[in-house]
Amino acid sequence: MLTLSDLVGLLPLLIVATTALLVMLGVAWQRHHGGTAAVTVTGLVLALASLPLASAASSTPPLMALDGLALMGSVLVLVSGLFVAALSQGYLAGYQGPKEEFYLLLLCAVTGALGLVASNHLAILFISLELLSMPLYGMVAYSFRTERSLEAGIKYLILSAAATAFLLFGMALIYARTGQLELAALAAGLAGSPDPWMLGGAVLILVGLGFKLSVMPFHQWTPDVYQGGLAPAATVLATVSKLAVFLVLLRLVLVAPVFKSEWLLILISLLALLSMLGGNLLALFQSNLKRLLGYSSIAHMGYLLVAVIVGGPLAVETTGVYLFTYLVATMGAFGVIMHVSSPFSGEDAAGLHHYRGLFWHSPWLAALMTLSMLSLAGIPLTAGFIGKFYIIALGVEGSRWWLVGGIVIGSVVGLFYYLRVIVTLYLREPGIQKNVTEVGHGRMGELALLIIAASILLLGIYPAPVIDWVAGLTWAA
Amino acid sequence: MILFWLILIPFLGGLLCWQAERWGEQAPRWIALGTMLFVLVASIVLWAGGDFSALGAGERPWLLEWRIPWIPRFGIEVHLALDGLSLILIGLTGFLGTLAVLCSWKEIVERVGFFHLNLLFVLGGVVGVFLALDLFLFFLFWELMLVPMYFLIALWGHSGSPGQTRIRAAIRFFIYTQASGLLMLVAILALVFLHYASSGEITFSYEALLNADLPDNVSFWIMLGFFVAFAVKLPVVPFHGWLPDAHAQAPTAGSVDLAGILLKTAAYGILRFAIPLFPEQSQAFAPVAMALGVVGIIYGAVLACGQQDIKRLIAYASISHMGFILIALYSGSELAIQGAIIIMVAHAFSSSALFILSGQVYERIHTRDMRRMGGLWGRIPTLPGFTLFFMAASLGMPATANFIGEFMVLFGTFRSAPVVVVIASAGLVLAAIYSLLMMQRVHFGPEQHPGRLAGPDVREYSMMLALLGLTLAVGLNPQPLLEMTVSMVQPVAELFVAGPARAGGMN
Repeated sequence: MLTLSDLVGLLPLLIVATTALLVMLGVAWQRHHGGTAAVTVTGLVLALASLPLASAASSTPPLMALDGLALMGSVLVLVSGLFVAALSQGYLAGYQGPKEEFYLLLLCAVTGALGLVASNHLAILFISLELLSMPLYGMVAYSFRTERSLEAGIKYLILSAAATAFLLFGMALIYARTGQLELAALAAGLAGSPDPWMLGGAVLILVGLGFKLSVMPFHQWTPDVYQGGLAPAATVLATVSKLAVFLVLLRLVLVAPVFKSEWLLILISLLALLSMLGGNLLALFQSNLKRLLGYSSIAHMGYLLVAVIVGGPLAVETTGVYLFTYLVATMGAFGVIMHVSSPFSGEDAAGLHHYRGLFWHSPWLAALMTLSMLSLAGIPLTAGFIGKFYIIALGVEGSRWWLVGGIVIGSVVGLFYYLRVIVTLYLREPGIQKNVTEVGHGRMGELALLIIAASILLLGIYPAPVIDWVAGLTWAA
Repeated sequence: MILFWLILIPFLGGLLCWQAERWGEQAPRWIALGTMLFVLVASIVLWAGGDFSALGAGERPWLLEWRIPWIPRFGIEVHLALDGLSLILIGLTGFLGTLAVLCSWKEIVERVGFFHLNLLFVLGGVVGVFLALDLFLFFLFWELMLVPMYFLIALWGHSGSPGQTRIRAAIRFFIYTQASGLLMLVAILALVFLHYASSGEITFSYEALLNADLPDNVSFWIMLGFFVAFAVKLPVVPFHGWLPDAHAQAPTAGSVDLAGILLKTAAYGILRFAIPLFPEQSQAFAPVAMALGVVGIIYGAVLACGQQDIKRLIAYASISHMGFILIALYSGSELAIQGAIIIMVAHAFSSSALFILSGQVYERIHTRDMRRMGGLWGRIPTLPGFTLFFMAASLGMPATANFIGEFMVLFGTFRSAPVVVVIASAGLVLAAIYSLLMMQRVHFGPEQHPGRLAGPDVREYSMMLALLGLTLAVGLNPQPLLEMTVSMVQPVAELFVAGPARAGGMN
């Protein structure tokens, strides 16, 4: 039974869901783009503000675990949702079709992600994952009159459905073996060594989640969907979706002993190595910035899998810090793309040639893009360096030398394309196409970009508060 | 606190330069000049007030120290400390930084503000490297100076021969140094976690890690991780691929920074970190390091003889000179290590002078290809004379600082490794050959084009005069430098002489 304290604990999720309802009713009553965006942002801010209250309630609602891991996940998800909402307003301003439903989809996806990071039961895990994925189909294909967007949406829909089938099958196998769906009960019922059915189930779940994380070799959809989808939708894919799914994977590995079998860890190590090397190598040949970021995110998920493999308290801390650094850097890069593109003029301005000499007419945008790229590459004084430091420290601490080697090689390869993007921003030679001009964007988007830039620098220069906060979190093991 | 300002001022100055572009083209130049003069003057003031006498037992070697916690979770601190060696190198940074600003006064005409931002960020990072005593902080500055250097080469460089674009040179520079830097990061982390496993204390502090108790099989690999990072930057021969291109493609100010200061950070790193942290492993590794040094001396000199591009010639000559430093650092002789420090200073003066001179020649005849020069002695007043002087310094003529350094290195190393010294001496002969070849091809011989060219103006003249004066001053009276570094060098040399029994006893 839900008690009052449970409701307080679930307050962020309830607020976001209510906001989604409000937006829907608002659209039915009267369309107003600015108003819808304002309601969305307000709702997300309120949800963020209610987090201290919710975590203080220390409630234990059924099917959910509102522990430190969930709190961390909620902060990450809400912050990314907030940035996307703030940046979308300017992006969608020139869109010809209905704009307001985009926020509805965004809020639904955020609700799903909030549920996902707190799920303590395979049923709620599955429902939340679907609630996160379904709106994304719509968001990716939102500008369905452009061929690429529609193509991306359908591609994501079909492949995602296949992955969901894998996930369900895996859950079914585990249920058949244990008769339990609660994660804690799963752990208790599996004291002995896992048998092939359990392992099979675990592998299938891994495939399902690996697809959402676009870990190699389940990554094929990523570049196309990133390129074809609307920039805000791709941002949600790269941030909200990946953060939440990764945290749920981490929770599974921490809780369920079957995921700790040596055999499975070797498999995950192989996936991690493949992702960090393959993602970086394939990114080398891209001339579309969104595609490039897609491959780059594959590589970053590969680095992050090291945390899953090593495990332990430091792994949770590493995941938290790394996700924060990844979030701000990715958001910065996509933020600039959103700021210079608008779907009313065809596809997004994402070709690298669009950004040639950006520094010379809008230096601040170029500076933010530079910071984001340096942060993704892990250069000191940006957030990304702290994340990379954590990951390498974790690999060294766990004596996973192959993975450490993979991170080093992957990072070096990664430098090539991050530097290529950066140097493009500063070249002043006559470009083939006309350079991007800033579309008139609202104050909200500019404020969001400013906050992102400041946090990339702040996390890089003085990360102690975030580290202390993440290290102080407790979770249900 | 002054140490912190020494690092912070260049960064603040850089940001100011970027924004100052709106007040006119000259504003960034003056701000950058003022910033570098501040660093120079501050180090002179510190030198004048410093006490550099040799250490008593148990005395800590730092003149000034400043520490505050930074990331307590990992025991990371902002820990800065200054001793004689760091002071010399920071003074050098201030001086060469001033020259770098001056020599780009007319060369850089576009994006002036952003250029000086990058220039000052490089120098700020270098000052940080020379002051950091926390391994995390050291690594941070080590990496930090790469990004602006990359921009300097990629955006303001010269594109040389076809296929050798400046962007490619910049990327190669960045990849080499970044890859080796990551190896060093892994080595630092391994060191820290091994120390944590044995002592239960997680810290990046240099002084704590000096006494780390390491298992033998791993520590050699960790030492190699440090060595490779420094070897790429020095550069030691198999890792030198980035240097000639980066030099040839960089703007003059970039070359001056690169040759004058950035290469010295590697020698500093070996002397400060690689050897004291791993004394036994370094001693075991010394024959290999010395062999690499000899290979570098000969290889650099031979290739310098065959170059057509004047800046590439100086770059290869640098590789040769750095070989002497590497030999000396691993010789375990106090005399040789002090000689290496003199070479560091002398090479900074002579190579940056030669780079500035070739930049000035380039401004006049718009080529760096020696086949298209010749007969400049009669066409440009004064400059060829300066070139002759610095070429003589570079080949180790007595009375110049370079002579003192090389002499001390060879003399000090002879006792422990006579064969190495004999071979290295051959490098001196080769140095004479390439230096004279260059003089012959650029300044003597028939004139390629008739007509006189402008002589140096006051700015160019005073830069050269300052460098000439300092080279002679150090060459005639090196004693102040030796006194400043004795407290630093003595313990390092003792690590080798005493062998394993005394290892770890540096404090």
